[in-house]
Amino acid sequence: MTRLGRRPEALIEVLHAAQEAFGFLTRDALADIAEALQLPLSRVYGVATFYSHFTLEPQGRHICVVCTGTACYISGAARLLDAIEADLTVRPGQTTADGLLSLLTARCIGSCSLAPTAVVDGELHGTLTAPALLSRLTALQP
Amino acid sequence: MSAVRAAPPHHRRTARTAADVRASAHVCLAASCLASGADTVLAALDDEVAGRGLADVEVKRVGCLRLCSAGPLVEVAQSGQLFEHVTAGDLGGVIDALSQVRPDRPRQVSTRPFFTRQRPLVTENFGRVDPESLDDYVAADGYRALRQAITSMTPAQVLGEVTSSGLRGRGGGGYPTGLKWATVAKATAPDGVKYLICNADEGDPGAFMDRSVLESDPHRVLEGMAIAAYAVGANSGFVYCRAEYPLAVSRLRTAIRVARRAGYLGTRVCDSTFAFDVEVRLGAGAFVCGEETALIASIRGGRGTPRPRPPYPAASGLAGRPTLINNVETFAGVPWIIRHGGGAYAAIGTPRSTGTKVFALAGRVRHTGLVEVPMGLTLREIVFDIGGGVPDGRAFKAVQTGGPSGGCLPADHLDMVVDYESLKEAGSIMGSGGMIIMDDTSCMVDVAKYFMDFCRDESCGACVPCRVGTTQLWMLLDRITRGTAERADLDQVERLSSTVAAGSLCGLGQTAPNPVFSTLRYFRQEYLAHIDEGICPAGVCSISEAHA
Repeated sequence: MTRLGRRPEALIEVLHAAQEAFGFLTRDALADIAEALQLPLSRVYGVATFYSHFTLEPQGRHICVVCTGTACYISGAARLLDAIEADLTVRPGQTTADGLLSLLTARCIGSCSLAPTAVVDGELHGTLTAPALLSRLTALQP
Repeated sequence: MSAVRAAPPHHRRTARTAADVRASAHVCLAASCLASGADTVLAALDDEVAGRGLADVEVKRVGCLRLCSAGPLVEVAQSGQLFEHVTAGDLGGVIDALSQVRPDRPRQVSTRPFFTRQRPLVTENFGRVDPESLDDYVAADGYRALRQAITSMTPAQVLGEVTSSGLRGRGGGGYPTGLKWATVAKATAPDGVKYLICNADEGDPGAFMDRSVLESDPHRVLEGMAIAAYAVGANSGFVYCRAEYPLAVSRLRTAIRVARRAGYLGTRVCDSTFAFDVEVRLGAGAFVCGEETALIASIRGGRGTPRPRPPYPAASGLAGRPTLINNVETFAGVPWIIRHGGGAYAAIGTPRSTGTKVFALAGRVRHTGLVEVPMGLTLREIVFDIGGGVPDGRAFKAVQTGGPSGGCLPADHLDMVVDYESLKEAGSIMGSGGMIIMDDTSCMVDVAKYFMDFCRDESCGACVPCRVGTTQLWMLLDRITRGTAERADLDQVERLSSTVAAGSLCGLGQTAPNPVFSTLRYFRQEYLAHIDEGICPAGVCSISEAHA
């Protein structure tokens, strides 16, 4: 907080830092941030919920982001999502019941030449097939 | 399938002077090649060259080598040979090519149409300079334009060159850059403060030009920004970049740090009295933040909600001060214009759309990747000569430009020249440069629905026509793709599209119906097949039982 400066303009940067540190934005974290930046909690909550990058729910131990950009869409991103839903019973925005995997979608990660793509725990995977992605996801360790 | 960390390890071999180097292997370390395993190729090549004791061979980390679909890419710089899908276990071809390089032989370039039809200006350093090396950038004429502008030109002269170049905003709008700069230069704030913002919130799905520029040549963007700041009288700048581009952000931050240390940014730019510094601001996933007033709200730490214009940011922008906003590619074009003159730039392209444009070629086309061409080429030249046409023996169906604000153009438009006016006339837009090729496996109604889904989800909700209209349009399109719609629904789609376009507050809503308009204009038969016959000609939509 000190590094980013206690200015209201730093709110988004602070939210980024908080989410990076805790994995998601807890109610307490939002309240602390509001107090530190001298902003109403409603404003902090409003910003945190406006941007799709921020999440107020705890995430799974592993995160899979399937890109749904135009190139991935015409190359079968929907087939990847369908296969994950069928096999692991988790839909975009949800976390598996055992807390192992959160499934997210991205608007476009800009690696269109490798479509369809997904990012698993920060690693980008390209020219994916449903079996290839599933075998990677089922191999994730608890 | 392979994977990679966001940033490769920083292992470096001992630097050699140019005279010691007989042959160089350029390893592409842009995001797509990294995702295909370029960092392991780099490490293996380093070991191989060291192991064989090739003292006069240099292994160099470079930015995008353009042919992204064929990564990891390695180029032997002297012979122009490009190696595709290189693996760490199979470096024989590269090593052979390196050993065949002779100092007395002239430098060769690729003869492949993918490269020869391009005209790299903005991307001239791609695949040549190490994006994390200031020395490399400077050796390639980097920061020469900035020094020239500050030491031997007045701000008005810089403005004059940019105006005479005819450069237009490459973010999509196509507003004349010189005119925008002049407005900011003339504007005054009571305290004299002006700001400059580089829009790197590349939101269009299917567009990765700005990511590539930031990853491959970040100093060039900083140089363009500093020149612009000098011309308009701003001392403080921001780059607003998507959080989805971690590699671009990290290279940009590195570039800012070393440029500051070397005196290209800071209180005395190039030892002059001109001060200019740059900060990075991260987006957080909101398409609407590409709109300039929403972007400004976001930089201030708020919700990215647009406000009505005027006043335009050029008069009252960030913190109410005059603010110049251009996108990455626009700023990156400026150093070339200053070095070669506005006239030289204006001589390229068409009279009203001068210079070059960078496109991200993707989708159902053989060679996908980054393409910089002079304005005025035809779509056919880009898709077939450069892109190599549609693979797997399928038929070309449409090219989508301009993302969710653009449109789909059919095969009979392939001989149309690509410039701002022609694209607009045909019902699409230039946009930021995403160009997605579709073949006969894509359903145009489903494509329209896809983009409407995007817009309804990204609508910020501030104005009713966009918030409600995009959702209603999506529901109508969804009904058509399920085969449960009637002709009256299609009339409703057309009426509502016009309302949303006319009544929305900002560009997001105003252009959201464009994919609907263009697909209705060129592919109406497909809509009718869904409605009247319950058939999806492309076989994409699952038509409901009721119709079958």
